[in-house]
Amino acid sequence: MAIKERMSGNEAIAYAMKQINPDVMPAFPITPSTELPQMVSNYIANGQMDTEFIPVESEHSAMSAAIGASSAGARTMTATSSAGLAFMWEVLYVAASNRLPIAMALVNRALSGPININCEHSDSMGARDSGWLQIYAENNQEAYDNFVQAYRIAEHADVKLPIMICQDGFIISHGVQNIELLEDDKVKAFVGEYNPEHFLLNEKEVCSVGPYAITNYGMEAKKAQAHAMDNAKQVILDVAAEYEKISGRKYGLYEGYRLEDADYVIVAIGSVCGTIKDTIDELRDNGVKAGLMKVRVFRPFPGEEFAKALKNAKSVAIMDRAESYSSQGGPLGSELMAAMYRAKTKAETVNIVYGLCGRDVSVNDIKNVYTQLEDVAAKGAAGREYQYLGLRD
Amino acid sequence: MSSLTEIRWHGRGGQGAKTAALLLADVAFSTGKHVQGFPEYGPERMGAPITAYDRISDKEIRVHSNIYEPDYVVVVDETLLTSVDVTNGLKEEGAILINTAKSKDEIIPLLRGYKGKVFTIDAKDVCMKTLGKYFPNTPMLAAIVKVSGVLDTDTFLKGMEESLQHKFAKKPEVLEGNMKALKLAIEEVR
Repeated sequence: MAIKERMSGNEAIAYAMKQINPDVMPAFPITPSTELPQMVSNYIANGQMDTEFIPVESEHSAMSAAIGASSAGARTMTATSSAGLAFMWEVLYVAASNRLPIAMALVNRALSGPININCEHSDSMGARDSGWLQIYAENNQEAYDNFVQAYRIAEHADVKLPIMICQDGFIISHGVQNIELLEDDKVKAFVGEYNPEHFLLNEKEVCSVGPYAITNYGMEAKKAQAHAMDNAKQVILDVAAEYEKISGRKYGLYEGYRLEDADYVIVAIGSVCGTIKDTIDELRDNGVKAGLMKVRVFRPFPGEEFAKALKNAKSVAIMDRAESYSSQGGPLGSELMAAMYRAKTKAETVNIVYGLCGRDVSVNDIKNVYTQLEDVAAKGAAGREYQYLGLRD
Repeated sequence: MSSLTEIRWHGRGGQGAKTAALLLADVAFSTGKHVQGFPEYGPERMGAPITAYDRISDKEIRVHSNIYEPDYVVVVDETLLTSVDVTNGLKEEGAILINTAKSKDEIIPLLRGYKGKVFTIDAKDVCMKTLGKYFPNTPMLAAIVKVSGVLDTDTFLKGMEESLQHKFAKKPEVLEGNMKALKLAIEEVR
């Protein structure tokens, strides 16, 4: 029987961390993920976990220590947000290219400036080319479920890549909601033991980690990494199917909500999707064929699957909670539109930047987006293809 | 929509409005409701105006926005009445609950023409009589449960007792004072 609880997103992730009980956690606190190392430290102090917690002096050190631990053969995790992730930048690439299956709980927060502690996806979106897998959550339940699935994906022999489990800062991390947890033994059996193929502390096989690659080999190493990222798509689906058996909850690369017959579709990531679902129900009652495609997996980017899911839409609004200063739109907009172009999807598209620095998004805001989508479909032209939602005059 | 109750809390950093909102979500959860309790953070410092929210429903709650048209508003610090538009969007069939020693006649002119019901409670008086220290969130929590009827008061008190027993297992005197404060607040709100 599932355990019915109420928890914040941070509490939910910390609970999953306790259940998985990895070998090592180096971390440095930063709002809004500070509670994660705090709660894990409590669990350790209370004897409920025996993870080796390493209090480091910076996030660069946190990721460096994670790389060391993971290279040695330890199941490793960390947590961070915003500037903390930015400070890890250099070593994020090292973790990915050394194919170390580290799990990171990322609590999404705006990168400075202006200095702001609230939700934005600019931190993880900035790290999208670092070679980490990225999975996003709509609510505390999904954050928990995604974290329980994380190591099975990251450590899979066809993948061996680090993974970021992302949740929206404050909105989810500090919002308390109902949740269903799995029992400890079920989680432990699902996640299983970590048996790395190659590791530094293996006395039977001498190896080195992170050496220089001359030009003759470097490109092949990167291609192998890209290949592992391709493989992850199927692994994510397989792990989700297995997880459904123990949890009853279904996960995929994306979630369609009233999507199949929808004329007007919003594509979005994270907590805003709950608000979009409520809006859709209201609009459907009034005869508007509105739908949602919620992106769960952003790395690897399932462009073909996304484009296919959008093939019947008349108009599509792609919502980005990050600005990429390209004058073309946000990261999700750019990548999805490229995928739709290749798939010759016929829908008109608009790219909407929203929720920066924690700007709230209401049901009314989302209604306005659908009204615009109806207008775009009627005119057969998108007009301004890149715009801001809820900007003050 | 009638199964959904939305409550907005206005307080100042350090007064425990966020804790009260989360406690209310906690107790409502323990009675089998779907709940959402969350703070809205501005500058994190003592004394700055803060807002916290509760959604309590019989159905799953999916929306993740702030609450713009609350059924109830709780004002933990009356000095906010002159600086924050606390009745903004508040439903007229709903109510506002204010922590004050003043009479309703003195308070109503500060509510920018709000036509719904107005309730007041002197949380400081309740605290001093029961806890000997001023923690406004405890009486305000009990008072809003009474005003909103979102939970039956007996169910609420039973839930609070269990949760406080757990929280203050080593300090039974804290439990007793808090329970007294909750009960007195239910009587004193008017």
